Amino acid sequence: MKKAKVIEEQFFKYLLGFFTYSLILILFFIVYEIAKKGIPALSWEMITQVPKGGFYFGKEGGIYNAILGSLYLALGASLISIAVSLPVALFMNISMVRHEKILGAIRLVLDLLWGVPPIVYGAFAFSIMIIFGLKASLLAGILTVAFLIMPVMIRAMDEVLKNIPVGLFESTLSLGATRFEVAGIFFRQALPGIATAFLLGFAKGIGDTAAVLFTAGYTDYVPDSLVQPAATLPLAIFYQLSSPIEEVKARAYAAAVVLTLLILAISIVSRYLSSKVSKNTVL
Amino acid sequence: MSFPTEVLHLDLKKVERPAGESILNISNLNVSHHDHHILKNINLNIPKGKITAFLGPSGCGKTTLLKSINRLTDLHGGMKVKGSIKLNGKEILNGSSDLPDLRQKMGLLSQRPFPLPMNIFDNVAFGLKIQGVKNKTEITHRVEFHLKQVALWDEVKDRLRSPATKLSIGQQQRLCLARGLAVNPEVILADEPTSALDPTSSRKIEEQFLELKKNYTIILVTHILRQTVRLADNIVFMYLGEVIEQGTPYDIFQNPQSDILKNYLSDGH
Repeated sequence: MKKAKVIEEQFFKYLLGFFTYSLILILFFIVYEIAKKGIPALSWEMITQVPKGGFYFGKEGGIYNAILGSLYLALGASLISIAVSLPVALFMNISMVRHEKILGAIRLVLDLLWGVPPIVYGAFAFSIMIIFGLKASLLAGILTVAFLIMPVMIRAMDEVLKNIPVGLFESTLSLGATRFEVAGIFFRQALPGIATAFLLGFAKGIGDTAAVLFTAGYTDYVPDSLVQPAATLPLAIFYQLSSPIEEVKARAYAAAVVLTLLILAISIVSRYLSSKVSKNTVL
Repeated sequence: MSFPTEVLHLDLKKVERPAGESILNISNLNVSHHDHHILKNINLNIPKGKITAFLGPSGCGKTTLLKSINRLTDLHGGMKVKGSIKLNGKEILNGSSDLPDLRQKMGLLSQRPFPLPMNIFDNVAFGLKIQGVKNKTEITHRVEFHLKQVALWDEVKDRLRSPATKLSIGQQQRLCLARGLAVNPEVILADEPTSALDPTSSRKIEEQFLELKKNYTIILVTHILRQTVRLADNIVFMYLGEVIEQGTPYDIFQNPQSDILKNYLSDGH
């Protein structure tokens, strides 16, 4: 009996270890491949210049347009999205706690929207743009991506707010606080989680290709207004990767390295910021 | 069956039931959660300026009764509250009553402390700020006053700007008491306020309660017999959602009427 227990324990230990380490190995392999193929093609010129004549045949130029376009797009979309998502998530967890059934339905709908493929958002936005006769533009891209990442942000914040102890809610109300003042307390308490939700949305936004394909378009220039089209890194990768020319393919990997580094940088900054503010929170 | 007074080494004097006006009148209160009938026909008068203890085993509805009084029951879906609760003669179970104003009159001290996610000073100042006190010197003075009131000032005066969560749990509970007192409540609702605390911290809270009853009405939910004896002027014994007996400590401990109470006391500690 005792031996069987030991074997069982060992078996599950190695099984879990196997899955964990293989997953990490696969992820490392992907990053390694990108780095191996991308870093040699990476140059200062590549990240500071827009495409010049013959860029798509392996001549001079860079992906500055796509880097800046992606940052504009993801930042704009994340800001619009958080401005809508934060009040929604707070409202769900402060004013709607009584209505468990409605709340359950809202969460289900949001989870479904989270799972809707970005191309559907893109196509839907495109059909609206056609009705109004609008061309692909940075603004259209920003709005589409904002709607795409809204369910992600709302649900990510919702999960954090849901776990705030009800005792803190009750204590705050008992001081004579209005629901709006409770929202302020919830905001402070959940700030690290809210930062994480913002990052999650930003990462999904900056990495998304399909939603911006029709809506933001693609251009070799850096947009100087919201109504101009904008290039994005995922599309830059997509277009260059489908080229038969080796130099162009290598640049696709270099663009992937840039994208990965951007997300890494944002991730580190947001973790640092949230660790700074989380010291006050109650567990 | 060993008699509870012997186990507890009590020598209680017979005193008259606290006379005088009552601050809360609860009549025909029924609370149910979905199909579960939690409180059944509660009729109570809570005397002003005294400590009233709700005594009873876990799950008898003491906490629900406490939370009905400042309408925290509103937070729970499926919770139905029927009947009447009057604070100073004014009905509070109407949908129309001003909830923040009502709750501000009843300070809550929970089973474990929930400091606000801010520093020690701001925890006490929060209640003042939402009441619209803007004068910085007044806020500083009142924060100091209330921290002294709960005997916490000397322990925290050098680190008022550090997070409240850095305090020990006993200190946090006294901070929560100070925070509640800062909004000038009339009633203090204490839900097993010492259950998470060590004996020394518990004693400090109990001492404060005896001091505070000069100015406030205190309702204490507890299942600790000794604490009830030490603190209560008026005891309400509850069992399975009903009030079984109520009276002075003498009535309850030395002259229990019902078998349920006798059994509860003989199991007591």
